[in-house]
This record gives sequence, structure tokens and C-alpha cells, in this order.
Amino acid sequence: MSYSRKSAASALLSPRDVMPGKFVSEKVREIPPSGIRKFFDLVLEMDDVISLGVGEPDFVTPWHIREACIYSLEKGFTSYTSNLGLLELRELISKSYMKDYGIDYNPKNEILVTTGVSEAADLAFRAVTNPGDEVIIPEPCYVSYKPSVSLAGGVPVPVPTYRDDEFRVTADQIEKSITKKTKALVLSYPNNPTGAVMERKDLEEIADVVNENDIAVISDEVYARLTYDGAHTCFSSLPGMKERSIILNGFSKSHAMTGLRLGYAAGSEELIAAMTKIHQYAMLCAPITAQMGAVEALKNGDGEMQKMVREYNRRRRLIVGGLNKLGLDCFEPRGAFYAFPSIKSTGLTSEEFAGRLLKEEKVAVVPGSVFGECGEGYLRCSYATSHEELVKALARIEAFIEKL
Amino acid sequence: MKEILEILESNPRIALKEIATMTGSTEAAVASKIKEMEKKGIIRKYKTVIDWEKAGEEYVYAIIELKVALRSRTGYDAIAERIARFPEVRSVRLISGDHDLSLTVRGKSMKDVAFFVAEKIATLEQVQGTVTHFVLRTYKEDGDVLFEKERSERLAVSP
Repeated sequence: MSYSRKSAASALLSPRDVMPGKFVSEKVREIPPSGIRKFFDLVLEMDDVISLGVGEPDFVTPWHIREACIYSLEKGFTSYTSNLGLLELRELISKSYMKDYGIDYNPKNEILVTTGVSEAADLAFRAVTNPGDEVIIPEPCYVSYKPSVSLAGGVPVPVPTYRDDEFRVTADQIEKSITKKTKALVLSYPNNPTGAVMERKDLEEIADVVNENDIAVISDEVYARLTYDGAHTCFSSLPGMKERSIILNGFSKSHAMTGLRLGYAAGSEELIAAMTKIHQYAMLCAPITAQMGAVEALKNGDGEMQKMVREYNRRRRLIVGGLNKLGLDCFEPRGAFYAFPSIKSTGLTSEEFAGRLLKEEKVAVVPGSVFGECGEGYLRCSYATSHEELVKALARIEAFIEKL
Repeated sequence: MKEILEILESNPRIALKEIATMTGSTEAAVASKIKEMEKKGIIRKYKTVIDWEKAGEEYVYAIIELKVALRSRTGYDAIAERIARFPEVRSVRLISGDHDLSLTVRGKSMKDVAFFVAEKIATLEQVQGTVTHFVLRTYKEDGDVLFEKERSERLAVSP
């Protein structure tokens, strides 16, 4: 008796070889890993690297915001919140959109608080896209849009932007990329990685095309607060655009809260309801500690934020002036915290330049090609790093170029 | 102008060339602006915040509160100026509340400070009374937090 039981058990336990990757879906397998990853691994192995490769502020979250987070923990606020996020936070977001852009978003059903803007972007793509729908994505752009669209079953349609247009996508380019299958357009200005911004008139021309062709717009405006020399135009503030656009924004860049993971989406009731449906199953709600911090940020954070923006602006002039002096042609980025110099004069590819600069002079930058094919020949240099480090980095880049 | 002042306030040793790039101006323009502000007394002096304790120097600080009786026709300014002339006195402030003036005094030892207050300050004709608080520890000085510097632990490369 005992003998047969034992043999049955061992038959169940005898391990069967698993084919590598067998359990990973084809969809995921087809998605290339982020090009940034490679550089990240290289940098990890080295000491004394000055990094201009970072996509987040070098400031620590302002103290009053951290204090609010700590206090919320002390008071025991560790529960779920409404799927949409704390009502108080949504009301504050709504107020800020009215005050800054004159747009009226109902805090009850037109704003969704998410775990970072990344989640909001993913929700937007999934909420909008049917299988086979095309989504127009101007490049160079943030690395997640294309894979997110693919994962949502859509087809990303990249549109290159050029230095001669100051890396703005034109209405004309968008119009030419539209087909019967086009469902949505992605805008992300101020832009990561180029630092490009859109003028109101550029957006108005795009709005006309969008309107005429009846497509949706997903506008990632997480760098809106980091705009220098001029005010940011929110896309949904243009006539008729609120109903057909989803505005994505968050606290990572404006209030140096990257690791607290807090973003939001604002849009029509229908679109927000659709996104909330996915959000409630995937995420349930954004972390309450971060939401409490965000409430404090919106209530009392303007002073600290403006201080950071002024500091970024000084560094921006420092790095753009410095790069141009070294003969690396760099257009004036008017938003975010990136400079996007051309390295075409050196004859190296972006990857070669970035790879050798890291090995030979220990400065980390990100090759422009990571952000789309048209980013080839450029580098993304983040100036979200201290003034002293920027000066040192420029000197090292100079030494590197002289050796070429 | 405010921009230049903000830069200098956080780092007075910065090169003119860098201020010029950061403010989108020329070196000559920045230099003349700074000179003008120095002349006008907007820029009072360039100084260094030092953690003397770390440097091994034992300084003793005390906050002294004074009650002052004004003499006819001379205001607080006159007595404040007399007190301010002593190099031992690091700061003099007119304050509201129970006392009139608040000083910070620095000396080599507690005895040093105590004698200074007893002999030089308490003996002034207008001074009616003094309260001396010895500083046991300084946590923040002139906007500079004297704890370990905060470092954000960022990844070296991120999207």
C-alpha cells in the first residue's frame, strides 16, 4: 500500500524541463527592452561617474511635503482611498487647472489620481485603443509610449521631429500620418528628451487637424511647470479639445516626488470612467501617503517649486551655453530639464559617443537614439544635477572631444 | 538683480563667468551690477558658515536678553550701536516681548562670556537687567542645517 502511494507522489514531483520563455506571452516577448537599461548596467560597474543621465530632479522632496507624509502615517492614514483618489486632492487639482489654464474639470468625475503618470499613460492607451487602432507618436519621446500602445493592442505610428522645427511636431506632419485607423495622437510637451515646448499657435493648428479627423489626444504634460521664458499652454484649454483629450500630469517633476509615485489624468467623464475601470482592477488606488503629500504640495508648495524652477533655469543656461561653446550644436530647450545637443559634427553615432564618453571620461549621458530613430545623432543631457557637477561634466566632455 | 543675489547668497565663491551664463548676461554687466550692489550696501559682505566644533575650536555662544531704559532723546539705536561695536557681540536685535534687545555673544569659555556680560554690558547705564542663555548646541545656522547633508539616492541613469 505505502509503496504505491510513494511512487504516485514521486511521479508528481519529478520535475519536467521548462522551455525557456515558454510561459512569457508573445506580445511581451516582442517588445524590445528599454535602451536605457544597457547604460544603466554599465554605469553601475563604475566609480566616480558624473551622471547627466537622470530623468528625475536632484532635489529631495521639499520638507513640508515630506512632513505631511510623515504626519499622515502618524495619524494612521494607511487605508485605501476612493478609486479616483482623495476628493480633497481632486478638488485641489481641479482648482489649479481653473486658475492656471481656465479649464473646468469636475473633481467628482473628470479627474483620476494614479500611481505616477506612467500608470495614467498606460490607462489612457488601454482605455482608448481597439485592436489594430493606430496611435500617432511624435519622436523623440519618452520610452514608454510605444510599448504601452503595443501592449494595449494598438499600432504605434512614430512621426519624427527635427532640430530645424525645434523638435516640434507640425500639424502638417500629423495630417499626413492620419489613416482610417488612426484613433489618437500623443503629445508630450515640454518634451523628454529634447526640452522642446509648443507655442499656443502650434497647438491650435494641431487642434484643427484633430478636430477635422475626429481623433483623440493624449497629452502628457508632466513637465508643464518646468517651462522657462513663457507660459505653458494646456492642450485641453483650446476650444473643443477638452472633450477629446486626456491630460496627464503629476507631482514627480514639479515637486520632486518621483519615488512617491503620484500622477493624475484629467478628461471627459466618459474617458475618465473608462480609465477608472481599468485602474480599479489593476491598481485600486494610488498610495494614500503620497496623496496626502500631494495635497500639501498643491496647498503650500508653490514657493519651493518656483525656487526649484529658477535654479533649473540657471543650470539650463549653463549647460546649453557650455555645450554650444564646445561646438556641440544645441538648440535652446525651453522646458523640462534636458539639453539635447547634436553630436553629428564628431562623426560618432549616439551610442558610440555615449559609450566612449562614459568609459573614457566617466560622464553618463543617454544616446538620443533610445528615444526614437530620429534621436540618432543627439544626446540627452539632464541638467537636474548640481551646478558644480555640471561644470565638471562640461570640462570632461571638452577633454573627450579634444581627443577625438 | 534678484537672480544674481540668490546665486551669490548660496555660493559667494562662484566665478563671474558662471553667473553671466546662468543669468544669460555678460561678465562685464554682472561685474558692474555686483559692484553697484556692494557700493549701495545691498551686498554687505561675503562670509563662510563654519562648524567650529568640527574644526576642534571650543567656542561658547550665549543669547543675552536685555531690558533697556531709554535716556531722554536717544532711542534704541544709540544703545544698540554701542553694544554692536564690541567684537564679542555677533548679533544685536531689537525684539518685542518681555525684553528689548537680544544679543548673541561668542567667547572662548563660559567664564569669558559671563565676565564680558557682567563687565561690559550690564554696566551700561541704560541696561536695567540681563538674562543669559548659554547655547548648548546649534542645529541650524543662517539657513544651513548642521546635520548630515541630505543626499538623494538616485539611479545614475533613468528614463
